[in-house]
Amino acid sequence: MSKKTLIPIGPYHPLQEEPELFKLYCDGEIVKDIKWETGYNHRGIEKLSESKTYEQIFFLVERICGICSNSHPFAFANAVEEIADIEITNRAKYIRSIIGELERLHSHLLWVGLAGHFLGYNTVFMWAWKYREPVLDLFEMISGNRNSYAMFRVGGVRRDIEAIKIPAIHKVLDDIKKKTDLLTGAIMDDPVIHARTKGVGILTKQDIIDYGAVGPTARASGVAIDVRKDDPYAAYPLVNWKVITAESGDVFAKAEVRLLEMYESISIIEQCLDGLNKEKEGDITIKVKEIPEGIGNGRAEAPRGEVFHFVQSDGSSSPVRHKIRAPSYVNIATFKKSCIGQTIADATISLAAVDPCYCCTERMAVAYDINSGERIMNANELINESAKKTNEIKNTFNSQI
Amino acid sequence: MGFKNYCFKKSLWVFHFGGASCNNCDIEILDCLTPRHDLERFGILLVGSIRHADVLLVNGSINTRDKERLIEVYNQAPKPILVVAIGACGCTGGYFTESYTFAGPVDKIIPVNAYVPGCPPKPEAIIAGIIKLVQNS
Amino acid sequence: MDSELTIEKFKEEFKSDILEIRVKNQKRMIITVNPDSIVNVAEYLYRIAGFRFIIASALHTKRGFEIHYHFSKDISGLILNVHVVLDRSNPQIASLSNMFNASNWIEREMHELLGINFLNHPNQEKLISEGNWAEGVYPLRKEFK
Repeated sequence: MSKKTLIPIGPYHPLQEEPELFKLYCDGEIVKDIKWETGYNHRGIEKLSESKTYEQIFFLVERICGICSNSHPFAFANAVEEIADIEITNRAKYIRSIIGELERLHSHLLWVGLAGHFLGYNTVFMWAWKYREPVLDLFEMISGNRNSYAMFRVGGVRRDIEAIKIPAIHKVLDDIKKKTDLLTGAIMDDPVIHARTKGVGILTKQDIIDYGAVGPTARASGVAIDVRKDDPYAAYPLVNWKVITAESGDVFAKAEVRLLEMYESISIIEQCLDGLNKEKEGDITIKVKEIPEGIGNGRAEAPRGEVFHFVQSDGSSSPVRHKIRAPSYVNIATFKKSCIGQTIADATISLAAVDPCYCCTERMAVAYDINSGERIMNANELINESAKKTNEIKNTFNSQI
Repeated sequence: MGFKNYCFKKSLWVFHFGGASCNNCDIEILDCLTPRHDLERFGILLVGSIRHADVLLVNGSINTRDKERLIEVYNQAPKPILVVAIGACGCTGGYFTESYTFAGPVDKIIPVNAYVPGCPPKPEAIIAGIIKLVQNS
Repeated sequence: MDSELTIEKFKEEFKSDILEIRVKNQKRMIITVNPDSIVNVAEYLYRIAGFRFIIASALHTKRGFEIHYHFSKDISGLILNVHVVLDRSNPQIASLSNMFNASNWIEREMHELLGINFLNHPNQEKLISEGNWAEGVYPLRKEFK
């Protein structure tokens, strides 16, 4: 009988910034089973929400997750506006979409960087994070804060994007387009990255449907679901863009989908900026007196997939029930399919491929308890393992040339 | 110069503990290490184990489940260690003080040497905080 | 249109189990059904009608425990809420996790937060509460006079 080894990833490790414990049960180098422990990040947001007013909840849902700190207010606004039957002004729609897409840009850049780090390409990590900074500067210019923008409210947005700021946004977008070309070229043409990511962590169409996975994870497996197209909101029906899909469902496909989506985002922002020029400045919000009794289902496409908010109102100033479903909640569960049967070195990148966000998942952060005789590997060693494999492949390629 | 100050004179190694946070502070801490701010030029390095660290950065509100882990991590740390609470949640609990899983701000659980408020604090603020801490310790 | 078609078919299939139908617009519908029929309803929606399970929201109200199962038809953008009302003293309902994995975590979460029991759930152990709050405490339960 072979001895099974338990390898904990997390909960406190330098790469995945958030606390989450994965236990990989391995036989030799092959992952046999995976279990996770959550709850390290549970903050009880759904309960807190019931004690806040609708205007206050925007600040609360913004702090569910820092990376998609615009998607949750987006979905919440959609839900509340559905209850109150409000149609916001076109200018507000454009501004909402601009913020949403800028966020997708910075989130995808962040993922590309982390994925590079996982593979042992620290240059990609440093590059991607460097190119992400101008996007954060744009946020600072528009909203006053690099993250947690506080732009949304029931019936519109809080701040306008004045005409004077538009040329600066265009300039940054042109710049990012060039950098995206660079990154896409570097990743798509690298034989080592192909060798590390193709055929790794495959999710089939059936897995996606079974687990209800969403976003780039689903689109990389050929399931073309995107809330922006299926259930249009804000300015997405007013502009031209297409849903990016890939067929193979492996890590490479997920990277490809995200990189190509960045071009779509840039195009959407440019069209929205043109749209802003046609609308009257300052016309960004409509007055909402009260939220009537009713049920609202709000959806928005976050960088990681569909965010779903369910709000039940009884006509008072705060909701009776506010249920939040973040995309990672369904995407993380797919690890069971993508990691089992892989080597340990490949497990890290498979885990990273869905761009897991634990803050979202738990809305809710271990030292670990290992029985004697089980080998412990910390996250650094695990990343080193992954980097080692990349180096081996690199050397084989080099020796062939 | 005492021995303690001598320890913190050069090359601070940093360990990052994210409690029940919203990720913003985590990302901004990581941001400090990337090319725009590049903390590594001062010898400040993010390490994977608390046993190698001189500074413990704690961000996020601490929930009941995190509490024991935080104490355990603090006990494992080589002393003397500097503890920095980052962000509104790390300093006071922020928006999540009323939550049913909240276990108290960081300074109720372990001794804290410096606070960097903000939601999230900008990378510049985090760097300024650590430099002030080093100068005053 | 599409959603009307779905309703007609749905009505035919589950005549006796439907308690109430509320159609808000083409894209939002709430159908209250008998809790005993939830597995059949979900099976019909998932396997035959091509719906995707989004999530379930449970809430505690004066009527007892209510669960909204949210299903999405992605082609038409329709969200169908299948609504059930459970008994206040002994809330329990059949689990859907043997049919699709999407409901596995959320059923465990509802079990921890509200104490609803899911029958035939493959693995109804703790997901988030371990060390966070004590056994037998349900944070989302409310008190009614």
